[in-house]
Amino acid sequence: MVSITTRDASVDFPIFDAKSRSLKKTVLGLVGGNIASDAKVPVIQALHDVTVDLQHGARVGLVGHNGAGKSTLLRLLAGIYEPTRGSALVEGKVAPVFDLGVGMDPEISGYENILIRGLFLGMTRKQMEARVDDIAEFTELGDFLSMPLRTYSTGMRVRLALGVVTSIDPEILLLDEGIGAVDAAFLEKARGRLSDLVERAGLLVFASHSDEFLRQLCTSAIWMEHGQIRQQGSLKEVLRAYKGPDAWPDEAHGAA
Amino acid sequence: MSSARTAPTSLAKTLSDLQVGWGQRELWGHLGWQDIRQRYRRSLLGPIWITISMAVTAIALGILYAGLFGNSLAEQLPYILVGFIVWGFIAGCINEGSEVFIANEGLIKHLPSPISVHVYRLVWRQVLFFLHNLLVYAVMLLVFPQPLTWRSLAAIPAFALLVANGAWVALLAGIVSTRFRDLTPITQSIVQLMFFMTPIVWIYEDFLNNPNPTIAERARLAEFNPFLHFIEIIRSPMLGADQNLRHWVVVGVITVVGWVMTLVVMRRYRARVAYWV
Repeated sequence: MVSITTRDASVDFPIFDAKSRSLKKTVLGLVGGNIASDAKVPVIQALHDVTVDLQHGARVGLVGHNGAGKSTLLRLLAGIYEPTRGSALVEGKVAPVFDLGVGMDPEISGYENILIRGLFLGMTRKQMEARVDDIAEFTELGDFLSMPLRTYSTGMRVRLALGVVTSIDPEILLLDEGIGAVDAAFLEKARGRLSDLVERAGLLVFASHSDEFLRQLCTSAIWMEHGQIRQQGSLKEVLRAYKGPDAWPDEAHGAA
Repeated sequence: MSSARTAPTSLAKTLSDLQVGWGQRELWGHLGWQDIRQRYRRSLLGPIWITISMAVTAIALGILYAGLFGNSLAEQLPYILVGFIVWGFIAGCINEGSEVFIANEGLIKHLPSPISVHVYRLVWRQVLFFLHNLLVYAVMLLVFPQPLTWRSLAAIPAFALLVANGAWVALLAGIVSTRFRDLTPITQSIVQLMFFMTPIVWIYEDFLNNPNPTIAERARLAEFNPFLHFIEIIRSPMLGADQNLRHWVVVGVITVVGWVMTLVVMRRYRARVAYWV
């Protein structure tokens, strides 16, 4: 059964820099006396007491300002960060799509990158070989797929990455926004595939600033603020609370 | 991937990291190859350059030190060559091990894979380097035949032990130096120093049997150098020389102690690596 549950999970980052580790500061700290407790490595509390319970079928949007903890929460849900306090239990195969470029190698061909990127997303070589033609067709890159990735334009890279990502069968799909930089016609095509992907996924968490995308893909939402969950509920509720009543045109006036 | 409800610092999670990582052989196996092909991608000869540069170095050092020590080339060259190949593996595991998580920061932060995957990839890459270098050894056997016997097959389990040690060293060095970045340059300096202190270019037995008792006494200090034992368990069988149980015992003890130490550190700090990179 696919699920993600966290209980009072916190993620604290120690901030190491040259200063906090310098001998001079350590010595001065000793001379000065009582700073010992403060002299420890400063910590940024990126997530604080986060409790979520996501079950199979959940379609969750993540909203919040920059730095509110959306990306960190996604990484906690992916199992990349294990909580410093509290607990997190992830059951299911996770496909995190945070950065389309990660795991791509500019020196090797588009075909090879399709394979590697697929392996990174937890697919097997066989599964990827079966999908290559489909991906090639979708990306419309043609003969360019045999060329090294460094010869690609940014938009072409995005096409390739999107092609791979939307071809997999994830149990848990974690999407971070910023899947842009493609021409409009292609985006329309990608959107269809993206919704198919979401359909296939057992569980979706999607961080985005785009109300339109959120409405298209999600049913519930989590509003993050200062590393804490400000509100959890249906997408409509949360969007209205987050952006004001205008964010969700009232259906009472319009459709049934 | 799933993670149990246990605390991040449980031994079960550490073992599962190693086991799940091992299960992703397809990924790190492919990446390890990729690393090698990548390095020589736009060159005409490709990975054969690994072999060629090893051959050139070993021949040059062989001629140089055969001349300096007054040994015959037939004795000095095979000794240096095999020692150098083994040393290449050891130094690769330690040096690259101290950067293994730092270098894979992007992957660690974006994909939930066991940290051991990066170490397996590194060790596998070093194994592939080693195999490329064995070609030079094969050619050397034609030019300078060695008195190989069936006992020379001991080189195979010896190499397996070396690989097992390379893995814990890379894991340990990787974890510690991700937290304390100063350790990477320190480690690399020490490894370079150890090259000279380990009998690779100088023949250990020659100095042990030196007529000058002071020099013989000093040479014996090399026994305290753990690298000596690793080199010996492989070099002796590969050159058909007498094998000494002592070296095997030392290596066995280091393997067990090293892995226990690494598991203790890994258990405590495995989950911190993603925070530190």
